[in-house]
Amino acid sequence: MENMPIMLVGLYVFILATLAGKEVITKVPPTLHTPLMSGANAISGIALIGALIVSAQAEFANEPVVVILGFVSIIFATINVVGGFMVTDRMLEMFKKK
Amino acid sequence: MNLYADMAYLLSAFLFVVGLKQLSSPATARKGNQMAAVAMLIAIVVTLVEANVLTWTWVVTGIIIGSLIGAVAARTVKMTSMPEMVGIFNGFGGGASALVAGAEFFRLQQAGVLPMGEGSTIMLGMFIGAVTFSGSIVAFGKLAGWITGNPVTNKFLQALNAVLFIGVLVAGYYLVMQDPTMAIFLAFIGVALLLGILLVNAIGGADMPVAISLLNSYSGLAASMAGFILGNMILIIAGALVGASGLILTNLMCKAMNRSLANVVFGGFGTEGATAASIGAGDKTARSVDAEGAAMILAYCQSVVIVPGYGLAVAQAQHELKKLCDLLEERGVDIKFAVHPVAGRMPGHMNVLLAEADVPYNQLYDLEEINDQFKDTDVALVVGANDVVNPEARNPDSVIGGMPILDVDYARNVIIMKRSLSPGFAGIDNPLFYMDKTMMFFGSAKGSMQDLVKEVREA
Repeated sequence: MENMPIMLVGLYVFILATLAGKEVITKVPPTLHTPLMSGANAISGIALIGALIVSAQAEFANEPVVVILGFVSIIFATINVVGGFMVTDRMLEMFKKK
Repeated sequence: MNLYADMAYLLSAFLFVVGLKQLSSPATARKGNQMAAVAMLIAIVVTLVEANVLTWTWVVTGIIIGSLIGAVAARTVKMTSMPEMVGIFNGFGGGASALVAGAEFFRLQQAGVLPMGEGSTIMLGMFIGAVTFSGSIVAFGKLAGWITGNPVTNKFLQALNAVLFIGVLVAGYYLVMQDPTMAIFLAFIGVALLLGILLVNAIGGADMPVAISLLNSYSGLAASMAGFILGNMILIIAGALVGASGLILTNLMCKAMNRSLANVVFGGFGTEGATAASIGAGDKTARSVDAEGAAMILAYCQSVVIVPGYGLAVAQAQHELKKLCDLLEERGVDIKFAVHPVAGRMPGHMNVLLAEADVPYNQLYDLEEINDQFKDTDVALVVGANDVVNPEARNPDSVIGGMPILDVDYARNVIIMKRSLSPGFAGIDNPLFYMDKTMMFFGSAKGSMQDLVKEVREA
């Protein structure tokens, strides 16, 4: 149960961040629905941070399964991050006013 | 974790929030996206510095491979393939979170300590991540046309899903509370993946805007769960932001169809390409028009409102459409575009398509902005749209009753470019086709549009 306090802090942070996200994004014009989605999608590649931490720990753990899982998750998350931000930028570059 | 690292994470979180805020306004959107990318870079660098990486081989190789795949995909993808691109990226995010949870499970398992609280969090993280992963792959397949766009469902599906869900709970319980084996672990993952497939496969093609927004939300939730597992705040915050943004889009899409989320996810609504024979065409006759006739009407009118739909995307006729608009504008015709929120296969699909063809975004109007203007419009030109302009939606007893539609039937003339009289995704007849003011211009959007451009040029 020693993990409970950090869990509780995490829960606070999670709820507040959700509310902040909701406040910040409420009024989004349809023009930006796709870029917002793909930009947000790139942010969900934050899992990369988790993948890096896990991979670093894996070397201490000396467990091959952990190394492999960490490695694949780094690849997946990096695809998500790099691809997501780049494709969003490419899209937004096209949006022009007359 | 030292103080500097925490401060850097805080800065990163701050930039994510500001970036998202800027992403929701056209003038600042590009800067917002770049700001979020900087936030990500800060978080990555801090993590690498802090994480005590002993051998860099795996980490660096992984990042290089992922960057290459991501960059090439982002560079080469056609704008018309954007829905499936976003779909598959969602899947990679969810998959990565599931793998992080899995790796942490094995690490703690091997170390011989798996507290119950942490164990349940890990199970939840793996579950959400796996469902997001396989669900996104199916969404990708549907959007790319590799598997049927029809909802794949039957009356036992709900029961099967419930059984599978219980199976996941049982396997999860064994993994956390009992002595876990590799077999149970694989069963847990397998069933979670299967659930994702079954859930998304039951959603029809035209409901994909909802499905893809929901999966977007899940990929954020999965990242947050990974944050709970590792006790990492930046993961929790960024994941929560994505979760919220996905949920907002999901709600917008549901509202635009006047259906509940439960109805979209479990309803198995609609079929694509339903046969016209089953529709009671009866004595109603539709008037058809050829390219020359349509060109005459368009070339000599004052105002045109164009209603694009999924058919435009399928035919990839957006560039031809832009040519037509340029020609008409040279003749002094006022051109506007009316975009329905769920036209196409993802939120904002039509906007991306038209932006690619260089249509300026201030020529695009939302449902609320444009509906009052149809009565003062000479010609409403509907290109490959159907259900979103079906006046049946005003009939409360119809299956699409209550769905907000574009009031094209109030325009003085209506030209509909479509392959046939067949019903749209909702599977019901469209009375608009048989109105006196309506002319059907049959053909594929691209060919018809090319003919139209030629005729207008000569008119």
